[in-house]
Amino acid sequence: MFKIVAKESLNPTVSKMVISAPAIAKKAEPGQFIILRVDEDGERIPLTIADFDRENGTVTIIYQIVGGTTKALDAKKEGEYICDFVGPLGRATETDGIKKVAVIGGGVGCAIALPVAKKLHELGAEVHSVVGFRNKDLVILQKEFTEYSDKYIIMTDDGSIGEKGLVTDALKKLIESGEKYDEVIAIGPLIMMKFVCKLTKEYGIKTTVSMNPIMIDGTGMCGGCRLTVGGKVKFACVDGPDFDGHEVDFDEAMDRGTMYREFERHSYEETCNLLNKSVEA
Amino acid sequence: MPNMSLKKNEMPHQAPEVRARNFKEVALGYTAEQAIDEAKRCLNCKNRPCVSGCPVNIAIPEFIALVAEGDFEGAYNVITRQSSLPAVCGRVCPQETQCESKCVRGIKGEPVAIGRLERFVADWHNANCNTLPVAPESNGHKVAVIGSGPSGLACAGDLAKKGYSVTVFEALHVAGGVLVYGIPEFRLPKAIVAKEIETLKALGVEIKTNYVVGKTVSIDELMKEEGFEAVFIGSGAGLPRFMGIEGENLKGVYSANEFLTRINLMKAYKEDSKTPIFRAKRVAVCGGGNVAMDAARSALRLGADEVYIVYRRGESELPARAEEVEHAKEEGVIFKLLTNPTKILKGENGMVGGMECVEMTLGEPDASGRRRPVVKEGSEFVLDVDCVIMAIGTSPNPLIKSTTDGLDTEKWGGIIADETGLTSREGVYAGGDAVTGAATVILAMGAGKTAASAIDEQLKNK
Repeated sequence: MFKIVAKESLNPTVSKMVISAPAIAKKAEPGQFIILRVDEDGERIPLTIADFDRENGTVTIIYQIVGGTTKALDAKKEGEYICDFVGPLGRATETDGIKKVAVIGGGVGCAIALPVAKKLHELGAEVHSVVGFRNKDLVILQKEFTEYSDKYIIMTDDGSIGEKGLVTDALKKLIESGEKYDEVIAIGPLIMMKFVCKLTKEYGIKTTVSMNPIMIDGTGMCGGCRLTVGGKVKFACVDGPDFDGHEVDFDEAMDRGTMYREFERHSYEETCNLLNKSVEA
Repeated sequence: MPNMSLKKNEMPHQAPEVRARNFKEVALGYTAEQAIDEAKRCLNCKNRPCVSGCPVNIAIPEFIALVAEGDFEGAYNVITRQSSLPAVCGRVCPQETQCESKCVRGIKGEPVAIGRLERFVADWHNANCNTLPVAPESNGHKVAVIGSGPSGLACAGDLAKKGYSVTVFEALHVAGGVLVYGIPEFRLPKAIVAKEIETLKALGVEIKTNYVVGKTVSIDELMKEEGFEAVFIGSGAGLPRFMGIEGENLKGVYSANEFLTRINLMKAYKEDSKTPIFRAKRVAVCGGGNVAMDAARSALRLGADEVYIVYRRGESELPARAEEVEHAKEEGVIFKLLTNPTKILKGENGMVGGMECVEMTLGEPDASGRRRPVVKEGSEFVLDVDCVIMAIGTSPNPLIKSTTDGLDTEKWGGIIADETGLTSREGVYAGGDAVTGAATVILAMGAGKTAASAIDEQLKNK
């Protein structure tokens, strides 16, 4: 059992949890992920590590409430326990040799982009962060990003905060204005990563993306997380989750991501009903 | 006076049309009367050929003689001298190619049903004896076992009985390895695996779940920082293989590992399960081994109308146990033999829309001694399916190899170990599928036991 030592709501659908997991905190690096099970008979879901504290033995996760499992997770309170928590899985993000980087975060993907921006900042790289949200109510981690970035640009769909437009608009502007990046690291919805990669390919800038496909064991056993990278089949759990964005078949990944959409919707509604019932009782 | 019947006592089964739609165990086991009657078929030969066919050398005639006398607990004690998992092995061992293949009664008629008797004895013990073993006095030595599948559990059990302090590290949230994620409930009920693991815990074995060696902790850290004097790697065969044909990443294409893990470990077969599974109507399972049979029979039980086994060689080349093939056929699985998939077709919404295949004929024997399948010209056809399950084997998991300096592996990834299980690293042993590639539960158990005695030799002389 793993104790929830702190919990905080970042926006109406995104929450942060700090979990006591000393063995994982000791090894975790930015870019890696954990797999958790909320309770007995629960589903195993992967979540990328948002932060870790080796001294206090904690690992931070940030999740969006999208389905039954994340709904059930969010019903847990500070001081309560989650059943299983395993990691750190996957490879850490490569940061060697990066002097100047653009970190692109979309929505809850910012939670994963942040530790990468933080590490690069601590290594002395110049970090330009471009983050995108639908509107100002959904913005997360603004303070933290500002702290670790030399430039911080917010883009929103409706212009309610920052500039109106897409992260790719801002990135294009930066590149056009003469910023020379060793690498672009993009983490967010597949469609965002696809278009960031399309843009950076035109300019020939190396681009790393973090993939978050459907997974079960997270150790290479099930093959459910496979994707096509450079024409070859790769397993996100052991070969990734970071990949060369110019080689990833995003359309296939997007399609595979919809495999259980109906089931998820159903499970989300059921969990909501269950939780409502327990509130009524 | 021995029972001279040429035939084994039949074991009661659920009727095929009934069991093909439920996940309850197929075989129901002998009654005490049937077991005693079957045990009396044993001639108690002096040279005990059956024992030489057993990878863990169970004293077979000795336990069978006790069954014949009605001393079932005595028989259980004889079996557990060698085997830590009798209720499992009585169910999943390929006895027909091991102990039973050497049985003298098999020369004229059927061999003694050794497997069924082993199963009976273990089940009788589990139903009637609630006493757990007592942990022996500690000898002060610490050993780490990586993986809680058959090889790890066998190794841990033998060492614990000798007084070693054993910690088993398991990557998943529950112990048992392939016994819980791979082999389905209808062939090996999970309650049986749980019971065998309880027995090991009573012997003092500590099991740490959610621990991925190679990620959470490395072998070097276990030995240098945590004081383990020896390590046994029983991490199993990991990565599922795919054929490399077009369409393998379409929705509705599973590796057998994923399909079975969702059903067995994650209980997707239960109506109220939180784990999603695609309940397909027409399923093709590619491959001819036991895993392929398990996947096909599971697909039927999930409600498929038609399930095909697609295998490129012929019936006699099927690597699955004859009994599993027989069960699958009885339940209605359709065998498309001498057939090879060439392409998976895309249907609506990116789902599987069919599978293109070619027919094969058998040519000259290849390196494996089996006749090589050759494509029959112009035989292309499309199998109308909406789900494809690849059950064509696995390759070893790279997590341990890539984080353990000086651990030599074969080109294909298997860990190199000598006949005692010792690897290229001092104090590090390995066995089971991680060394041999995909094989059987009992061979893995045998390797775990061999390594346990080598570890004992190494540490007791220290």
